[in-house]
Amino acid sequence: MLRFAARRLLLALAVAFTVSAIAFMLLRLSGDLATTLAGQEARAEDVERIRQQFGLDQPLILQYGDWLWRALRGDFGRSLFYPESVGALIRDRLPNTALLASLGLLIALAFSIPLGMAAAFWRNSWIDRMALMLAVLGQAMPNFWFALLLVFFFGMTLGWLPISGTDGFANFIMPAMALGWYATPVLMRLTRAGMVDVLAADYVRTAHAKGLPLRVVLIKHALRNAVVPVVALAAVQFGNMLSGSVVIETVFALQGIGYLAWESISRRDFPVVQGILLVVALFYVVLTLLTDLLNAWLDPRIRSR
Amino acid sequence: MPGSTPVSAPGEELAAQAALPVPAARRRRPRWQRNLGLISSALVLAAIVIAALAAPWLAPHDPYVQSLNDRLLPPFFVDAERAVPSHPLGTDNLGRDYLSRLLYGARISLLIGFFAMVVSGLIGTVMGVLAGYFGGRTDTVVSFLVTTRLSLPIIMVALAVVSVFGGSLEVVVLVLGFLLWDRFAVVMRSATHQVRGREYILAAQAIGCSVPRILWQEVLPNVLSSLVVIASYEMAQAILLEAALSFLGLGVQPPLPSWGLMVSEAKEVMLFEPWMIMLPGAAICVLVLAINLLGDGIRDLTVPEGRA
Amino acid sequence: MSDALLEVTGLSVDIPTEAGVLHAVRDVSLSVRRGETLCVVGESGCGKSLTSLAIMGLLPPTAQRRAQRIVLAGEDLQAAPARRLRALRGDRMAMVFQDPMTCLNPAWTIGNQLEEIFTRHGKGNRRAAHDRAVALLERVGIANAAGRLSQYPHQLSGGLRQRVMIAMALMCSPDLVLADEPTTALDATIQLGILQLLAELQAEMHMGLMLVTHDLGVVARIADRVAVMYAGEVVEEGPARTVFTTPRHPYTRGLIDCIPQPDRMAPGQRLGTIPGMVPSLVGDVQGCAFRTRCAFARPECAATVAPRHGPDAHMWRCVLPPETLDRAA
Repeated sequence: MLRFAARRLLLALAVAFTVSAIAFMLLRLSGDLATTLAGQEARAEDVERIRQQFGLDQPLILQYGDWLWRALRGDFGRSLFYPESVGALIRDRLPNTALLASLGLLIALAFSIPLGMAAAFWRNSWIDRMALMLAVLGQAMPNFWFALLLVFFFGMTLGWLPISGTDGFANFIMPAMALGWYATPVLMRLTRAGMVDVLAADYVRTAHAKGLPLRVVLIKHALRNAVVPVVALAAVQFGNMLSGSVVIETVFALQGIGYLAWESISRRDFPVVQGILLVVALFYVVLTLLTDLLNAWLDPRIRSR
Repeated sequence: MPGSTPVSAPGEELAAQAALPVPAARRRRPRWQRNLGLISSALVLAAIVIAALAAPWLAPHDPYVQSLNDRLLPPFFVDAERAVPSHPLGTDNLGRDYLSRLLYGARISLLIGFFAMVVSGLIGTVMGVLAGYFGGRTDTVVSFLVTTRLSLPIIMVALAVVSVFGGSLEVVVLVLGFLLWDRFAVVMRSATHQVRGREYILAAQAIGCSVPRILWQEVLPNVLSSLVVIASYEMAQAILLEAALSFLGLGVQPPLPSWGLMVSEAKEVMLFEPWMIMLPGAAICVLVLAINLLGDGIRDLTVPEGRA
Repeated sequence: MSDALLEVTGLSVDIPTEAGVLHAVRDVSLSVRRGETLCVVGESGCGKSLTSLAIMGLLPPTAQRRAQRIVLAGEDLQAAPARRLRALRGDRMAMVFQDPMTCLNPAWTIGNQLEEIFTRHGKGNRRAAHDRAVALLERVGIANAAGRLSQYPHQLSGGLRQRVMIAMALMCSPDLVLADEPTTALDATIQLGILQLLAELQAEMHMGLMLVTHDLGVVARIADRVAVMYAGEVVEEGPARTVFTTPRHPYTRGLIDCIPQPDRMAPGQRLGTIPGMVPSLVGDVQGCAFRTRCAFARPECAATVAPRHGPDAHMWRCVLPPETLDRAA
């Protein structure tokens, strides 16, 4: 198990390194960042001043190395619009996004796993058909549109939930539903498919033959095996939610890093954007690593490979 | 493969011995249901494509013409009294005809979806087929690239790139194309890998066929069905992403009638004119639904029975 | 037969297929007494596995079961509610399946899977379950039993897994054990050991054992009674010795002739075979299913063949006069 973890860790580090480089290079793609920052009416000396101020006259590799070195020590530079440092901004907003994504994943799992199990157990029944229809519909809806529909019904028409801001827990409910909605179909289908396979397995028949209560057979024996790929997918979906938080947070004006990312990108606040991209990518890498380890723990056969 | 278990119910062995197909109730979905989904989704998709192509003739107005006197007219099914016959689906906040904008918006969604799918398909298929065919170091490199791509938050990256290069159809297509290739690569890799060991490949190698020729003539035709299914899903993905980017203001720029952009523009008056967000949103839904069901239908037709 | 542990009368299993209804098991009647081993023997596809699954109530969802009586120790299994059946399974009647490689859950340890039967049926606490598991593993011949309990199935070989399956079946000391081809998936060298183990355990615990197999050699070793199945029917049934020495059905005779006997056959002599194939069991099946392959077939065979009886509770379904199949040696 330890050797497995070590190998995965090395891979994760390599990926993280590459992603940080991509995050850095991305914003310098269009050629002259200084010109873009200075704006259209700027004079040549303004552009030059900006170039020097941000060290944009140095070779790309040096710029990257410099930034990475500082980033590793927690210094992401200063925002061009906010008074705080990039690090502080991210630190402030990250918990909100984390809460949002966690809640979203929880909602998604709470819906998809029982629904998937029911669909598999009563295969081809109306439950199954309804679940599949829901899945198909869920995958076709744009998440921002679903969010707006929620705002319209629960926020404006019924007035049950607040439609913007980050004041209290109630502010997170609709955004979490919107985030979770997109992950639910995929998770449900995978649970169903896994359960269908596993329910036909010999060891489930053995469990029935042992006279175990039905819920023990379904959960301890069947779900336990069927859920392994679902866990991996759930982790991937969690990562996606971080990405998707951009849209949802913006719709609900929720102060998370998604909203911050959109603001900063719109305003070309490139230190913030770089910082966010790195943090999010690092998070993905760590998440993938943890998922691999969790998988190996769940399926003892993976460890031996 | 972890978690895969053989099905060995004696009833099935018995049926197999009697050389009969597996009992009817065990099939994944009844035949008529499968064909129904495939045909209806193909019809809907065809209808949308035709509507998009024929937009100049079908649209009652020019989608860009503003008419400040006719702002926010409702569609006929919302408020028949205030509705105007020449604007059957109403007008937006600048007086532009909604039906026309929806029709032209179909063009944008279809164009971007299609070409983004083509670009990502090319990139991903090449990577996947090479990785699956050669294995070894090529495979390691491709796997690494896929893992790296999966570690990127695509919406943020897309937003960043569009902000740097400006929002236009070409930029959006390229950005999405360069971000959505991962599933192509993964699926093509495993499909190629499966095909790799088959005898006709060995035969082709034995008679000295060059690698490109083997790939083109022997490998590709056999992985084509998987490719088509993935292509349909990625096209749907691209359409949804473009809508999201445009919604956030960093995709297709106004005054182009991207459906996502239309939803964003309608957001302000959502409470009073809900139909304004309903129509373009539903349009996106229907298009993506049709494409997804089509992909499902093709997959059901071409992938052999057995694995759910 | 008041001390019959298991009584099955008129059992049928039908499976709907696209081409029609497959009559996999047709009007099968069996019985097993306490302390007795019944071997159900027949070739692949004769319905013997489905019979044992039908008795346990473990048929696949598409299969339909009908029976006049299925009674275990005086209790009607068909009338019992699902909860009662779950209580009986694993506790009063247990099953050992054919393929040990896939019959154990890969996600839980052997110990966990053994102990849960004990605790779930309310036989005792974890401690008691653990001790019983260790004792049974040792009894089935697994060394280092306590250590094995914390291992996962994929860490054990096929032979060991099958022994674990047998131990699992015995955790609650059931009255009846159904073994569905328990040695078929194992190496020939281990098969004998498993069989001997089953025979010993059956004698020790005074259980009823119903062993399904296609191997007549197995039957010869441990059966008290034999039921020969062909095409979903029991074509002959009786005490093992009687059936082997005086078979009354041409199929049974054919099976016995197929057994290679090194000491009685000359080198180069042809091994016995039964020409032809099992007929399709889809749709209506009339008369004796074996008549297409039988050397003694007659016009009467096309009609329903009534069971005939001989001494020693020997039953067979054949129109032939009993002496037709008798032979010198």
